[in-house]
Amino acid sequence: MAALSFFPFGTSGRIRGGVHPEPRKESTADRPIETAFPLPERLYLSLQQHAGQPAEPVVRVGEKVLRGQLLAAGQGAISAPVHAPTSGVVTDILEYPAAHPSALPTPTLLLEPDGENRWIETCELADPFSLPPEEISTRVGAAGVVGMGGAAFPSAVKLNLGRKTRIQTLLINGGECEPYLTCDDRLMRERAADVVDGILIMLHGLECNQAIVGIEDNKPEAFAAMSAAAAPYGGKVQVQQVPSLYPMGWDKQLIRYFTGKEVPAGGRSADIGVLMHNVATAYAVQQAVRFGRPLVSRIVTVSGSAVSAPRNVEAPIGTLLADLLAFCGHRPEDTASYVMGGPMMGDFLPHPRVPLVKGACGILALSRQEVAASDAKACIRCARCVSACPAGLLPLEMMARIRAGQLESALGYGLKDCISCGSCSYVCPSEIPLVHYFKYASGELVAREQTKHRTEQTKRLAEERQARFERQKREQAALAAQRKAQAQRKTEEAA
Amino acid sequence: MNLSLLSAPFTRSDSQVQGIMAAVMLALVPATVFGVVIFGWPAFFLWTVTVLSALVFEAACLALAGKPVNAILRDGSAMLSGWLVAMTLPPWAPWWIGVVGAGIAIVVGKQVFGGLGQNPFNPAMLARVALLVAFPLEMTTWTLPSLPFSSSAPGLFDSLAITFAGAPAVDGMTGPTLIGNWKTELSQGRGLSESLISGHYNVLAAILGWKAGSLGETSSLLVVVGGLWLLKKKIISWHIPLSLLTTVALSASVFALIDGERYAGPVFHLTSGAVMLAAFFIATDYVTSPSSPAGQLIFGAGCGLFIFVIRTWGAYPEGAGFSVLLMNALTPVIDHYVRPRIYGRDLKGRPLDLPGGRR
Repeated sequence: MAALSFFPFGTSGRIRGGVHPEPRKESTADRPIETAFPLPERLYLSLQQHAGQPAEPVVRVGEKVLRGQLLAAGQGAISAPVHAPTSGVVTDILEYPAAHPSALPTPTLLLEPDGENRWIETCELADPFSLPPEEISTRVGAAGVVGMGGAAFPSAVKLNLGRKTRIQTLLINGGECEPYLTCDDRLMRERAADVVDGILIMLHGLECNQAIVGIEDNKPEAFAAMSAAAAPYGGKVQVQQVPSLYPMGWDKQLIRYFTGKEVPAGGRSADIGVLMHNVATAYAVQQAVRFGRPLVSRIVTVSGSAVSAPRNVEAPIGTLLADLLAFCGHRPEDTASYVMGGPMMGDFLPHPRVPLVKGACGILALSRQEVAASDAKACIRCARCVSACPAGLLPLEMMARIRAGQLESALGYGLKDCISCGSCSYVCPSEIPLVHYFKYASGELVAREQTKHRTEQTKRLAEERQARFERQKREQAALAAQRKAQAQRKTEEAA
Repeated sequence: MNLSLLSAPFTRSDSQVQGIMAAVMLALVPATVFGVVIFGWPAFFLWTVTVLSALVFEAACLALAGKPVNAILRDGSAMLSGWLVAMTLPPWAPWWIGVVGAGIAIVVGKQVFGGLGQNPFNPAMLARVALLVAFPLEMTTWTLPSLPFSSSAPGLFDSLAITFAGAPAVDGMTGPTLIGNWKTELSQGRGLSESLISGHYNVLAAILGWKAGSLGETSSLLVVVGGLWLLKKKIISWHIPLSLLTTVALSASVFALIDGERYAGPVFHLTSGAVMLAAFFIATDYVTSPSSPAGQLIFGAGCGLFIFVIRTWGAYPEGAGFSVLLMNALTPVIDHYVRPRIYGRDLKGRPLDLPGGRR
């Protein structure tokens, strides 16, 4: 069992659980961000690339658009608009496979670049800090900024939530603890001033005075660059090192590390006065607020041993992953798995002909050796999964119960508190796909809940229908009786 | 298609069941080799017979159950169980003791419950205790150590006769174990200072393992060396060994302070019998011990307490086997009540309070 289970009750230690996966960052960490990625022939803009409602198109097929022009507007309380990554013509609005394990078709807007890459009129703000604070989240929302660390939660919604609950500390996640990924590392090294500017803008928007940037101690260059960029602002933006440990980038883990506090189950970090954003989100916020540029491109790590020139590419949203991979020397014949995100929490993709979305921090083409695929063996109850779990769950017990079909009883071991970080599966010497079990069980329980709900609803509707029928029948009978009485009266009167 | 290609995480640590079993066996090597050296060829034959029969029993059970024999045999768990059984046998026990022991461990202790990971009791301890109850004579005939190739060490043919033909051990080659001796003396009303032990017990010899005892447990030192290596390799955690040894040492100290004539001190307890083997190799068995760190502390303490109680007041000289089995039976209860605290929840699983006392 890992030495990190030193605190037997898990209350005194600020970091609990966690694993040390092989970093595999060396192939991309030392190469500057590639900005000369050639514009692809066609961009596939998914209208659902954020948590919440899909965006609603506001342009017609055949319309000419400029870079940064609004293509689809956000719908409902949790949503984000989609903008044109370059100038060109909207050629189609259709259903196209999404960057998701199911590759299910989602509403997608097709854009053919005209090669001019002309921006809409953007107005640069000399002093974004003179804006009223509530204006910040409005502009962030209008620019379509979502969480760039992978969750893709609309950033404006989070900032508004923070305004409501009086945030004391803004945590900025520069951990990047997933193997392979180095896009945040490069961003912090190369554009530290912009990132810090973005953090200050968010602080202004939140009316908050303290930001802590957590950077893993395996990124000394990023730490140095960020520290230097933050130095002029006194203690307002503190740059601090955190141990290299997966999942250090889990917001709740970082919160415990920096504040010693835990977010109560079922609560939000804002409930204890903390809000967390990713460094790449801070950069996107700066671009949006200071330069009026909507989120139309992102820096993404393209890596894995089935690409010969792994690197970080700044690519337009909507680029097909296949194009990105080809740009980096992809060898499809060596690829066993395509992964969007990191290898610990990322999503399997059945094929790379799906578009880049705002939340994608990594595109990996992994070879069979890297995936180390083999069959699951019997659980030997070694409890490595227990020591590795940052949430304090008992993965082996949950797995045993799910296997036995007792999904409800798995809930008692914290199924709902599982964050699917994959630490348990990573350490399991029997190679049991634990996370897979938990995702299945959670999904199944939700489905059962929905079925139950539907059954109840159907029953209620049927009952209401029955009641309505009876009421109508009664009313008709009453009406008929009335008419009869009336007719009789008339006959009597006539007589 | 293979799940690991489809489902996150797409990367894995290189730890494997096979590797874990191999590491534990490697850690047993020093103590085993020492046992073979000081007890001679019969010890080696017995070890071989026990390990081989464990493999045969496992293979037979797997074949009967229609499971892939080769793939599962290679995980090393059957060999480890056989090895552990051999460690706890009197070194000159006849061959059939080893076969029966391996059979009980594998068939009754493991396969009837569904194989690796399913058994509630430690297979090796189950075998040892069953043998002790069924064949008390063979299981308590102890051999005194002798230097290899010395005149008292049996030759190859004599050794074959001892293990396979039931030849009686030569007089002068047998003697009691320290704990056995202590208990006999006490039962005859002699206190520690006037008993044989006072002249017989030598701390250095006890730590090193130059004494009568089971094949692989006499050398506390070498067992600890193997155990510490397992700790360093993170194959086992410190919780069970530490709480087990601390409990034995503490209870022994308390009673030795109360009455030094009747109760042996902590050093005696820690260096004799199977305490060290139990602490590092038996009680730490993943399958039969609790999975939470706190549960493991409780489990270890329970084992330690029972070891001391059985040794001091029980009818049997040695308590490790019984203690581990007793605590194995309690493991599900411990696992049910002692769980890690879930993030954002209190120990009872209720959400933590929000600031301002809201829940």
